[in-house]
Amino acid sequence: MATAEQERAAGENNAANTASNRPMIEISGLNKWYVDFHVLKDINLNIGKGERIVICGPSGSGKSTLIRCINRLETHQEGSIIVDGTELNDDVKHIEEIRREVGMVFQHFNLFPHLTVLENCTLAPVWVRKIPKREAEDTARKFLERVRIPEQAEKYPGQLSGGQQQRVAIARSLCMNPNVMLFDEPTSALDPEMISEVLDTMVDLAESGMTMICVTHEMGFARQVADRVVFMDAGQVVEIQEPEGFFSNPQSDRTKLFLSQILGN
Amino acid sequence: MADAVLFDKIESRPPPRSEGGPLDWIRERFFGSVTNTLITIVCIYLLYVLVPPIANWLLFSASISGTDRSICDANPDGACWTFIKVRFDQLIFGLFYSANPDQLWRPITVFAVLAVMIAWLVTPATPNKREVGAFALLGFPVFAYALIEGSLLGLPSAPTNEWGGFMLNISLAYVGIVASLPLGILLALGRRSELPVIRSLSVAYIEFWRGAPLITVLFMSSVMLPLFFPAEVDFNKVVRAMIAITLFEAAYAAEVVRGGLQAIPKGQFEAADALGLSYWKKMGLIILPQSLRISIPGIVNTFISLFKDTSLVAIIGLLDILKTAQNASRSIEWKGFDIEAMIFAAFVFWVCTYGMSRYSQHVERSLDRSKRS
Ligand SMILES: Nc1ncnc2c1ncn2[C@@H]1O[C@H](COP(=O)(O)OP(=O)(O)OP(=O)(O)O)[C@@H](O)[C@H]1O
Ligand SMILES: [Mg+2]
Repeated sequence: MATAEQERAAGENNAANTASNRPMIEISGLNKWYVDFHVLKDINLNIGKGERIVICGPSGSGKSTLIRCINRLETHQEGSIIVDGTELNDDVKHIEEIRREVGMVFQHFNLFPHLTVLENCTLAPVWVRKIPKREAEDTARKFLERVRIPEQAEKYPGQLSGGQQQRVAIARSLCMNPNVMLFDEPTSALDPEMISEVLDTMVDLAESGMTMICVTHEMGFARQVADRVVFMDAGQVVEIQEPEGFFSNPQSDRTKLFLSQILGN
Repeated sequence: MADAVLFDKIESRPPPRSEGGPLDWIRERFFGSVTNTLITIVCIYLLYVLVPPIANWLLFSASISGTDRSICDANPDGACWTFIKVRFDQLIFGLFYSANPDQLWRPITVFAVLAVMIAWLVTPATPNKREVGAFALLGFPVFAYALIEGSLLGLPSAPTNEWGGFMLNISLAYVGIVASLPLGILLALGRRSELPVIRSLSVAYIEFWRGAPLITVLFMSSVMLPLFFPAEVDFNKVVRAMIAITLFEAAYAAEVVRGGLQAIPKGQFEAADALGLSYWKKMGLIILPQSLRISIPGIVNTFISLFKDTSLVAIIGLLDILKTAQNASRSIEWKGFDIEAMIFAAFVFWVCTYGMSRYSQHVERSLDRSKRS
């Protein structure tokens, strides 16, 4: 299959560019079904250390399902996913290890409403990583500063705007000191005037060298930070390109149709 | 092209006042229509007919002085609270303590500690709630048992089968509440478990106990349980009742807790998973703190019925407040004062359950407030 060939080449290419020669995430032959519905079809994708991937595609194409497989919020039936050398399988130890290393930001933030912003950020470091509380709090304040809301630390999530909540969610993930960050449409539940504050945070993070996989329809963001854009449709990867080529010279008809729809021309 | 239509800025102004004070309010609420007026008149008439004689019997003509029935017999138009006064210790603390008034300080101390503890826990913003809560769960039952039973502390022993009166109702309810809630939480989690064996066991347990009336459970516990154990194992009646009530109540608590769990959005589970929290940490730190808070009104509700149901232990021969009151009103000295006995028992229950229900309303209101913010 041409696309599979293409992406493997791209993955190897990228892996060669980075210092380590092992990709951060190796997805091969991934298939998943929801009962009878074949939602992910033979996905092959290698993502290098520090690489920034944007995944886009029409609604229902399986983007969320794909990235949720990477931290095992969904289980796959065929193929393999290897994150930083650890294979995802039924072994709970592996799953917990990978979840510690992989941060995730959700469309609807999913902050813990009964805890303050600071407690949201320190809970997992203290209980999962066993970091002393004081140290975890210092780290949390550092990250809250980095997402530019240090003054909200004592508030509850319900008292913050959507954009602020999403930035807390990003800080909460970063406090676990992850190697990879997954974003599932982090801006699509936000009012337009709040989108840019979240995107700025993500750009900032991208520039720090974090490995990022972002499902998003923010094409400006894709242009600015993505190393590669992955286009999915009907459960399969249709096209992978660097953003430049992806937007100016899409190869497949489905990509062209999609781009014309979201870019409105 | 059409001309633009412009609008001037409109200043805000206060809402229109409905005129009139309390009199208008009364006129509108009580006499707003012909039906309303009729209902109001009928109600006032009923109050007029019923309240004065009842109040008169209960309070104004009631007798309370003296120590025997002569004063009550001389006053047939009023209630005989003398009876309750004389038998008060027995109704509240049971036979052993009414027979040993010099030991009364023991249950009184326990009641006082209980009252302080509860007040501490339900008052917002008191410090060390966690420690007090832990004491309530673990320390207090041991403390209360040691002091009321006595032999552990070298005090005259009050064997559990001589426990009685309202003290017995409270003991049964307290153990029932404290032990059934954790069990209920485990059952609720089990019912939502992904492991089929655990799930079916939980469902079977819950459905089994919910299907049986408590009175049969108590009866079985006293008749059946001894059949399964060698004769040397002497379960005493109170412990048996406590076990039966706990097992029974856990099924109800489980269903209430499950309702709360279902109200927690899926995203909370996923966020906890994504952070690498194990199952028990996810439940203990993220899910249960939120869902139990939602379930408090329902939990209190089941506890109110548990509390009242403790009087069913009369079926296995325990003398709780209701049975004690009944027996007292059939004794030779106080024969015929059944109504006073029942009213008193009902009143004691009412005071406690009313307190519980006020607390749950308070929690509900503060939940509403926190949802809005
Ligand atoms: N739990 C589920 N059970 C059954 N089908 C599901 C489930 N979750 C998702 N699907 C289906 O799988 C397909 C892919 O879903 P997914 O959420 O991955 O799409 P998506 O690309 O993220 O779409 P969107 O842009 O709308 O978020 C959809 O057709 C959806 O209806
Ligand atoms: Mg999605």
